[in-house]
Amino acid sequence: MSRRQGSGIRDPGSGVGDQEPGVRDRGNPGALLRLESCTRAFGGLVAMKDVDLEVHPGELVGLIGPNGAGKTTVFNVITGIYEPTAGKVLFDGKDISGRKPHQVARAGISRTFQNIRLFRALSVMDNVRIALHLRHRHSFPAALFRTPGVANEDRAQTEEAHRLLEALDLGHLSGEAAGSLPYGEQRRLEIARALATHPQLLLLDEPAAGMNDQETDRLMEIIREIRRVFGVTILLIEHDMGLVMGICERIYVLDYGEVIAAGLPEEIRADPKVIEAYLGVENDEL
Amino acid sequence: MSFLQVDNLVTRYGAITALQGVSLRVEEGEIVTLIGANGAGKTTLLRTLSGILRPATGAITFRGENITPWQTDRIVRAGIVQSPEGRLVFRGMSVRENLQLGAYTRRDRDEIAKDMGHVFELFPRLKERLNQSAGTLSGGEQQMLAIGRALMSRPKLLMLDEPSLGLAPLLVREIFRIVEEINREGVTVLLVEQNARQALAIAHRGYVLQTGQVVMEDTAAALAQNEVVRKAYLGG
Amino acid sequence: MQEFLQQVINGIAWGGVYALIALGYTMVYGVLRLINFAHGDVYMFGAFMAFYASMWIGPRVTGVGGVVLVILFAILASVALGVVIERFAYRPVRHHPRLTALITAIGVSLLLENGGQQVFGADPQPFPSLFGSAEPIQIGGLIIVRSIVYILVCTTALLLLLQYIVMYTRFGKAMRAISQDPTAAALMGINIDNVITATFALGSALAAAAGLLVASYNPQIDPYMGLLPGLKAFAAAVVGGIGSIPGAVIGGLVLGLAEVFVGASAYGDWREAIAFALLIVILLVKPSGLLGTGIVEKV
Repeated sequence: MSRRQGSGIRDPGSGVGDQEPGVRDRGNPGALLRLESCTRAFGGLVAMKDVDLEVHPGELVGLIGPNGAGKTTVFNVITGIYEPTAGKVLFDGKDISGRKPHQVARAGISRTFQNIRLFRALSVMDNVRIALHLRHRHSFPAALFRTPGVANEDRAQTEEAHRLLEALDLGHLSGEAAGSLPYGEQRRLEIARALATHPQLLLLDEPAAGMNDQETDRLMEIIREIRRVFGVTILLIEHDMGLVMGICERIYVLDYGEVIAAGLPEEIRADPKVIEAYLGVENDEL
Repeated sequence: MSFLQVDNLVTRYGAITALQGVSLRVEEGEIVTLIGANGAGKTTLLRTLSGILRPATGAITFRGENITPWQTDRIVRAGIVQSPEGRLVFRGMSVRENLQLGAYTRRDRDEIAKDMGHVFELFPRLKERLNQSAGTLSGGEQQMLAIGRALMSRPKLLMLDEPSLGLAPLLVREIFRIVEEINREGVTVLLVEQNARQALAIAHRGYVLQTGQVVMEDTAAALAQNEVVRKAYLGG
Repeated sequence: MQEFLQQVINGIAWGGVYALIALGYTMVYGVLRLINFAHGDVYMFGAFMAFYASMWIGPRVTGVGGVVLVILFAILASVALGVVIERFAYRPVRHHPRLTALITAIGVSLLLENGGQQVFGADPQPFPSLFGSAEPIQIGGLIIVRSIVYILVCTTALLLLLQYIVMYTRFGKAMRAISQDPTAAALMGINIDNVITATFALGSALAAAAGLLVASYNPQIDPYMGLLPGLKAFAAAVVGGIGSIPGAVIGGLVLGLAEVFVGASAYGDWREAIAFALLIVILLVKPSGLLGTGIVEKV
């Protein structure tokens, strides 16, 4: 196990979630995101049980596990789509559990979706510009009369959108309708759009799905690049072990809603529980 | 005449010509795989074969019949069925209803029930979620449902568009094993897959698509050894 | 208390009628994403067909058999009208922008109203009493108009039948599949055209049934009689959540009860406006309607 991951990750019984309200960021002061004994139940079904998870500023962390293990539920709890049934989500030291998705987004967490959600009829450029608009707001009269400030900012936004699209290898497609792009490129556009809100933390849900090995290799470079250029911390869900093992610094493994392992890629790869639940015994791809 | 024969197919999306004269054939009992980058036209080809998109020119012949002008439902009844890319399951309907809709063209109740049992053997997870609405399934479970649903029609030609998408490594291997098993039971398979290595491992023959054209065709074993293919699609 | 119960019963009866019409809007919206503005006129057409049928059949076949024939004829004729509208007005514009179809729907509605005025005449016609004796029924202390009882019985039976069709039959499943994803539905081997035609047939049958039930309560029919009930039922469908079948029933009942209670209150003049007030409130508060179409979705 890694030294960096702090305490309590494989020890749901440590009572981290029982602390009094208002105590800020007790355990590890460096964590940007911290889930403390987070549980989420749907009726009788516990989709996520006592999950402890930490992501430090600048880190690139992977979340893997079998289908239906609750990985996307973790993202939904972090982004406020679901409120945790028990436990807490701390972001930058503040308790954000129970906040609405738009509040979480404004606090600095942005995400992509497993089932792609783009404005399909709009151009690639406009998909990014819409996200940029959400950040800069003008008064209605200013926008109506297109004051010089508004015009300048529009220009600045177009430039920024170009920069984002270039970073994601989409510059040449900016005029295409988003819905007409092949799957893999739609996924990259989602990342561009998520970055447009200048998040501190970026959550990527299966970014390499539908990409071949070569495209996945390129995506790995892109992810490393956006972390460097935009200084964003990344937590990602992915089944492509080449990508996960290739770029993630730490990995959490979820099975039946519980963290069954956490650690460095080489530790995870060798963990018998992970091999049994997820990787399979003879893994020729690793 | 081949089981499925595609001659010089051209399909356009507005101004974009996504298929620029594709010709290929699938023989009865084969697994044929299409490999190629995103945007090469693989999905467009399957959608054209299913009658969702209309080709501008070219012909599709299935078991000796020209099916080019046919509507999708007629093509499905003839036995060409696909599990579409992006898991188009009916989210508001239960797992059971999704599987029943897969058997929409059939009337043999007992056999349908038997086939549903077969799908549950392949994907036990679906049985656990039988009465849950499909929209509440995880992404991978939706993928299992889409494949199971396609099987429920007892296809003669099963077209799978990215069956391993979003599945965990253990399950990806399982899916390829299942495709081989389905094929052994007599179903001809046309497989589109980004996981080219595994696709070529189970296929008999393969085609490489690039910007809407077939640029290479060979036995799967030969393609897997081919220097260009290895470099472009198999990660070196 | 009795007064109250009586109003509730009236409200449910009217609500059932709105529900029958609203179902036609909501089912067609489900499969085509089209607001079929001509739907209220099918309701009018059903009443007129019953009117003409009873003039011809009445003297020839007496008793229950005659009534059944009249009802069957009215329903079949309305089904035919619905199918013709779909085939010749909506199908040619199906792959055009949605606004085109909407304008077409308004055009069809105007055609039926003005055509009805030409063919049926502009003057109101007296609708024959299909159900015989007008004696009110007494249950405990409640006095209920007989046609209200028929309305209650018929709408309940039709709603149960519809529920069965939609949930358990092959056609019902196909209809729901199309409303969720037409492409995927086609890939199941569903003939989309046939299911859409059948959906119009079913909706038109329900509208015709509503038309003759209402006409037997309020025995005056004219070519514009479908306009207001049509708009109100549309409001009910939106209030319940357009595209949702249980939503249409609930929207209809909410509207029926609201109208009856507003009508009985000091603000009785507002009775006709309450449907649209509800519509506006729902659109402000919960635009997807009470039951919405937003299905539970894993994101």
